[in-house]
Amino acid sequence: MNNPLKKQYDVVIVGGGPAGLAAALGARKSGAENILIIEREVEAGGILNQCIHSGFGLHYFKEELTGPEYAERFVAHALSENITMLTDSYVIDISPALQVAVLSGRHGYLNVQARAVVLAMGCRERTRGAIRTPGFRPAGVMTAGLAQKMVNMKGVLPGRKIAILGSGDIGLIMARRLALEGCEVVSVYEIFPYSNGLTRNVVQCLDDFDIPLQLSATVAFIHGRDRVNRLTIAPVDAQRLPDLNKSWDVDCDTLLFSIGLIPENELSTKLRLHMDPATGGPQVNSTLETSLPGVFACGNVLHVHDIVDFVSEESLRAGQFAADLALGRRRPGDNIALQKGANIASCVPHSLSPDREQVIYLRVKQPMKNCILSIGDRYQKKFRMLIPAEMIRLTLAPEVLDRYFGDNLKIEVRPQEVE
Amino acid sequence: MYDVIIIGGGVVGCALARELSRYNLHLALLEKEVEVGFGTSKTNSGIIHAGHHSSAGTLKGKFEWAGNQMWDDLAKDLKFGFRRIGELLIARQTEDLQYLQDLKKQGESRGVTGLELWDPKRLQKEEPNLSHTILQALHAPTAGVINPYEACFGLIECACQNGVELFCAHPVQSIKAVESGFLIHTQQQDFQSRIVLNVAGVYADRVAAMVGADNFKISPRKGEEYMLDRRLQGIVTHLIFPTPTATSKGVLIIPTVDGPIMVGPTAEDVDDREDFTTSFSGAAKVFASVQEYCPAISDRDTITEFAGLRAVADSNDFVIEGSSVRGFYNIAGIQSPGLTAAPAIATYVTEMLRADGIALTEKERWKADIDGPPRFSQMTPTERKAAILEDPAYGRIVCRCESVTEAEVLYAIQHGARTLDGVKFRVRAGMGRCQGGFCTTRIMDLLVQHLDVPLTTISKRGQGSEVCIPRRDQILAEDEV
Ligand SMILES: Cc1cc2nc3c(=O)[nH]c(=O)nc-3n(C[C@H](O)[C@H](O)[C@H](O)COP(=O)(O)OP(=O)(O)OC[C@H]3O[C@@H](n4cnc5c(N)ncnc54)[C@H](O)[C@@H]3O)c2cc1C
Ligand SMILES: Cc1cc2nc3c(=O)[nH]c(=O)nc-3n(C[C@H](O)[C@H](O)[C@H](O)COP(=O)(O)OP(=O)(O)OC[C@H]3O[C@@H](n4cnc5c(N)ncnc54)[C@H](O)[C@@H]3O)c2cc1C
Repeated sequence: MNNPLKKQYDVVIVGGGPAGLAAALGARKSGAENILIIEREVEAGGILNQCIHSGFGLHYFKEELTGPEYAERFVAHALSENITMLTDSYVIDISPALQVAVLSGRHGYLNVQARAVVLAMGCRERTRGAIRTPGFRPAGVMTAGLAQKMVNMKGVLPGRKIAILGSGDIGLIMARRLALEGCEVVSVYEIFPYSNGLTRNVVQCLDDFDIPLQLSATVAFIHGRDRVNRLTIAPVDAQRLPDLNKSWDVDCDTLLFSIGLIPENELSTKLRLHMDPATGGPQVNSTLETSLPGVFACGNVLHVHDIVDFVSEESLRAGQFAADLALGRRRPGDNIALQKGANIASCVPHSLSPDREQVIYLRVKQPMKNCILSIGDRYQKKFRMLIPAEMIRLTLAPEVLDRYFGDNLKIEVRPQEVE
Repeated sequence: MYDVIIIGGGVVGCALARELSRYNLHLALLEKEVEVGFGTSKTNSGIIHAGHHSSAGTLKGKFEWAGNQMWDDLAKDLKFGFRRIGELLIARQTEDLQYLQDLKKQGESRGVTGLELWDPKRLQKEEPNLSHTILQALHAPTAGVINPYEACFGLIECACQNGVELFCAHPVQSIKAVESGFLIHTQQQDFQSRIVLNVAGVYADRVAAMVGADNFKISPRKGEEYMLDRRLQGIVTHLIFPTPTATSKGVLIIPTVDGPIMVGPTAEDVDDREDFTTSFSGAAKVFASVQEYCPAISDRDTITEFAGLRAVADSNDFVIEGSSVRGFYNIAGIQSPGLTAAPAIATYVTEMLRADGIALTEKERWKADIDGPPRFSQMTPTERKAAILEDPAYGRIVCRCESVTEAEVLYAIQHGARTLDGVKFRVRAGMGRCQGGFCTTRIMDLLVQHLDVPLTTISKRGQGSEVCIPRRDQILAEDEV
């Protein structure tokens, strides 16, 4: 705690990961005086603190940093901007009047009043239960992120002979990490016919280490009463149902799950924010404000990002808009709904305004080669290849929406017409 | 030399231990797992059955209703949650209507109170999310729910506080009948006792066979259960039972005592007494059945699943009797409604011992209740403030999904938890939607700090289930020493 606590703040930020830190800096840039970050861990930095590999910051800082280095830059900047950081403190409730209830190791139970709140709680990993993998419930089964925490922060290994289900980025990074630790990584299994991680991670984490990636395959049974000792692997059909007749067994003592991330929205659902089932996060307008005025969201709690640079950029903006609202600077509201069309899995924000530059993040449903992304008749862009694993970021200049008089615009991705 | 040794620390063994601890007896309980309740008593539906289900003339029928009435006092004394949320047995076909009538009559003749037939209008008012094609429902307000493992922990803590000696991780390997009683051999040590109560669940016939008192056979019948996300909490508020068919008792919708909905169980005869596996076919069966009467429930809402084994005796009823070997008693075949019946079985067995001439003199001081674990998530803001003021460990959340604080985890450790599951089942840390993703390493740290053991010895549920291993450089470093 770097400053004494006040009863009231312009902007209260829930979560001190990259999103929360950038939001605080954004709010400061917009002139907010009193800014409070509340973080439940003893140190700010969020999930980055356990990502000791490099590859962060290529977009934002134009250099390659490790996770903790990236976080440290933001923490140092926030401290130099005299932003109050309340760590080891857990936000347990937010009232619709923006009273934030906090449980703190040092300060006990306290309430602070906010003019604007920024939600930056990050995400959690999907677990075995979510896909109901059959079999025993032994030790040696855990999420890839938990394994990462064990190896990088506790200095222990989850096991010796590792299988990984799901080709999400964390799984890929852990495959490499454990191979470097001297473990045998038998294979990564992915139920989809394509990887769910970034291409660069497939190359750098699997190919470079000769770790096989089995596509269209899943774990059909976990063996071993106390400790994993074997897995049954089955290929899946087009409906992604396992074909047990073609299954085979693999020996291993550990199974890591890397099957996706879910935005951490307990507080948002308690606040009854309108949620978007496609992202798992709240619906937001083009100022990243949720359905409850004064409550903003950014980072992985809003939608799961692939790279932290986008998180930082998005969150800076969220912080600026939150400060504007806290300081009573009114902005024109959105008047154009953004609708999902062909091959769009998710899209943030959910509405637009001609008043400002817009940044749109989206994911496609299916991989598609040589395609055109369009937003109504206002915008078109060609892409050589789009895949669900890689989030697409677009900026729309305010002029694009000039003299557009409709209520909504459809965003879609279609194959390019062959000439 | 013990007066009585109980083999098996399931809910029945624990209830027996507490009941017998009222008397001046030298008592011990031997359990093969690291904690009590880690057999069938942990992996069941947690229902205190209403009292009208089991047929007249069976031991099951005799103890279901008797047991049911004992749970209010137990929950109060042992500080675990118990809610009489009531049961609705639904009729979907005209043939089912007669069954509801018969069951109502059976219950009433036994003294089960409050049984009432509900028409579709009443049913829709009370349970709007159930299918609208249900013809009638039998409401049984006496049915309730508990967390069965909490009952086991409470019972054994009370028993130990009254002098019972507990030996976990002590599997009984052989028993010899000797002149003064029995010589009981476990891997770690031998025990002598005048009387042996065999309450070994699915292994009861094996334990009985150690002295040749196995005039019954146990076959395991597996049941899979699926726990759903808190999001669905409140979708039904009563226990929902379909009308059973000739082959199956049907899949239930269970609003658990902490709120989340659970669906299950299946019923499948298996050969392996360690087959705690869930399956694709089990999941398919459970969700297909449930969707017939509650369409809003889907398999996508699962957060975790588990399977338990019912110990079915060849008589298909409880086996509760002395044996051909004097002083050796079998309390076996305790299938459903065994959880409900457990306290009634315990008093019945006690009377059986008395009738066999065992001297039972009551202790001058016997303490019926325990303090019980603190529950931060259920405190009011004022109570929370007070708790944190007294102990700052209440200000540190360990498990975010279930709002479990460090103070509660420490309580669990002080009361015998040695493993992740031991902590989880005592205070719910790791039981929520993230399934330990967030809190596992924190709980491990707390276990390490307070038990003063290396991190790599911490296990999920005892030896052989350690959660992590040392890094290679550490192994090498140790080799060099
Ligand atoms: C394992 C892993 C590997 C990754 N690898 C890369 C990579 O190689 N390159 C890259 O660019 N990106 C990578 N990413 C992505 C990047 O790290 C994330 O996108 C980024 O950390 C998200 O930031 P966030 O602030 O939204 O969430 P988080 O970093 O998760 O931060 C959320 C913070 O909120 C706190 N919090 C949550 N709830 C509360 C509450 N109620 N009260 C108080 N505090 C709360 C949490 O403790 C946490 O500190 C990786 C992500 C993961 C998970
Ligand atoms: C899926 C399912 C759902 C159910 N639902 C309900 C319900 O809703 N309501 C209800 O009333 N009943 C229900 N039941 C039944 C109920 O769970 C059982 O009747 C009850 O738990 C039996 O308790 P127990 O103490 O006899 O057995 P257990 O809990 O199995 O205890 C036996 C103990 O003996 C130990 N043991 C075995 N061998 C040895 C040895 N050699 N040495 C030392 N210890 C040994 C075991 O480790 C075990 O802990 C259900 C059962 C299942 C499987």
